[in-house]
Amino acid sequence: MLGIVRQKMLEQSLKKIPPAVSVLRSYSSAAKQMTIRDALNSALDEEMSADSKVFLMGEEVGEYQGAYKITKGLLDKYGPERVLDTPITEAGFTGVAVGAAYYGVKPVVEFMTFNFSMQAIDHIINSAAKTNYMSSGQISVPIVFRGPNGAAAGVGAQHSQCYAAWYASCPGLKVLAPYSSEDARGLLKAAIRDPDPVVFLENELLYGESFPVSDEVLDSSFCLPIGKAKIERKGKDVTIAAYSKMVGYALKAAETLEKDGIDAEVINLRSIRPLDRSMINASVRKTNRLVTVEEAFPQHGVGAEICASIVEESFAYLDAPVERIAGADVPMPYAANLERMAVPQVEDIVRAAKRTCYRSESREIDSQHCGGRS
Amino acid sequence: MVLGRAFEDKCAKMYYDRKMLGFVHLYNGQEAVSTGFIRLLKQQDSIVCTYRDHVQALSKGVSARAVMSELLGKATGCSRGQGGSMHIFSRKHNMLGRFAFIGEGIPIATGAAFTSKYKREVLKEADCGHVSLAFFGDGTCNNGQFYECLNMAALWKLPIVFVVENNLWAIGMSHLRATSVPQIYKKGPAFGMPGVHVDGMDVLKVREVAKEAIGRARRGEGPTLVECETYRFRGHSLADPDKLRDPAEKAHYAARDPITALKKYLIENSLANEADLKAIDKR
Repeated sequence: MLGIVRQKMLEQSLKKIPPAVSVLRSYSSAAKQMTIRDALNSALDEEMSADSKVFLMGEEVGEYQGAYKITKGLLDKYGPERVLDTPITEAGFTGVAVGAAYYGVKPVVEFMTFNFSMQAIDHIINSAAKTNYMSSGQISVPIVFRGPNGAAAGVGAQHSQCYAAWYASCPGLKVLAPYSSEDARGLLKAAIRDPDPVVFLENELLYGESFPVSDEVLDSSFCLPIGKAKIERKGKDVTIAAYSKMVGYALKAAETLEKDGIDAEVINLRSIRPLDRSMINASVRKTNRLVTVEEAFPQHGVGAEICASIVEESFAYLDAPVERIAGADVPMPYAANLERMAVPQVEDIVRAAKRTCYRSESREIDSQHCGGRS
Repeated sequence: MVLGRAFEDKCAKMYYDRKMLGFVHLYNGQEAVSTGFIRLLKQQDSIVCTYRDHVQALSKGVSARAVMSELLGKATGCSRGQGGSMHIFSRKHNMLGRFAFIGEGIPIATGAAFTSKYKREVLKEADCGHVSLAFFGDGTCNNGQFYECLNMAALWKLPIVFVVENNLWAIGMSHLRATSVPQIYKKGPAFGMPGVHVDGMDVLKVREVAKEAIGRARRGEGPTLVECETYRFRGHSLADPDKLRDPAEKAHYAARDPITALKKYLIENSLANEADLKAIDKR
């Protein structure tokens, strides 16, 4: 509730003050809060200010202030030559951006949602990801592809897919998935500064959520390393690995589990490719149990890769079979009640964690009760 | 042109001797287009092509040895054997790649032109009249990305020339069977740029048209679409049995071989004699 009030106050103050300034001055409380939207906006602003080679390209990023208002205020500040509104032509403008990046400028391409990136996926994979290799290092592609990914609310099958696994399987790409505002700022800045193509997967439902941010995070030189996960909650009984919105669900599940005497360690992956295998394995070697959580389709997913990594490297440490929680294996339904059943809920994570601790019914009985199962 | 022809013939021999693998697409017959355009470019100008472009690389200055090594998968190749026949890149010569998927290269070339403009106008770098050339075939002109880029290049007035090498065949699909309006040059004005048709078997005619189009781009007047009517003497690739093309058509174009034509022109106009030409062949 308080979060919504703060959000409304922020929106009003945003109308008067340019974004980068407002986040520092709107709050009088000691622990500063920042929405994901502001985190992304401020990161873009600061990187564009620091390097004139950085420019934005995408549908509605300029005059409309961004389809989800992530690029608000940037057209006014940097002009139409650096904030380009494109025609609706994903294949074309993505290719143009990649070609521009071959020559050393640094485009940040926005896909209105990553579902639309499928129209441009040839350029992301063949023209961007593979070029450094095919040219044996002669040409590098310092480009960022960003936008909302995964399920939203009631937007149907063609607007709800999560692309983390598809992109993360491709050598030559880096794939990031922020959860908190600290992640959003630090990882987007890292992505823009990186000399290689980066797919940056945001989440529409998280844009309005607030997270505490320290002074260090607010500093314009703040940056997070690519390829490193974060332990959001230390624990000793079971490892729960998740990315994006599911990190929040995993943390809520951990609170519930605590009441039942299970101490869960929650890992925020942050980076899907490269995957922080060493941190995940170290955690499982400590807890001996693993639950992976993702909203995406289960087959050939991020969870599958993590499970394989654990089995390959830490098999002797496992005290229970690995548990994989994912979205249902169906195109996303539209009706709200069906949609709810098609994505993992906190209860699914709790049940899976309990199963690894031999504290729940068997999987066969359990899977009859709910969706969100792989 | 002679280097290109000799190079391609050598490729064919190596392929049939099984020394070269994979997909190899040869340019025999189309040399006038490559030479006519690329010899007018500076080193900083960029070219992007599709897979049929060993000769474009040679015209742009990449050494024949580096290209041949690449085709043979050697570490001395221009991409150390990592790219292969369809993916010749050279940063130094601004050959931004050859692309396997038709149409893929057009947005890349448009992007290079975009950067040229960006560097001049936003980064305020001097000496940035760099031009981009996109080479592609008749089959590509039915692909969405072609139209998306004609639109953006004209909209943003980018320094690019779209060069269509219309050799009438996309593997075994005749251009006339695939296209509602086969005159490709007519599609330029629909997007707000000049569309020019030229005899792609005559290197001097191509050069005249190229001079004008490249000049337009360098002066900041925007893109041009140039359709070069040309022909490939060999099949689509070395694996193509090439049964669908009418022998009479092949004979018609063989009679217009650009190399023979230029030789004839040079001798008739006393610009060179037989001995000079033999010396070029020898090299």
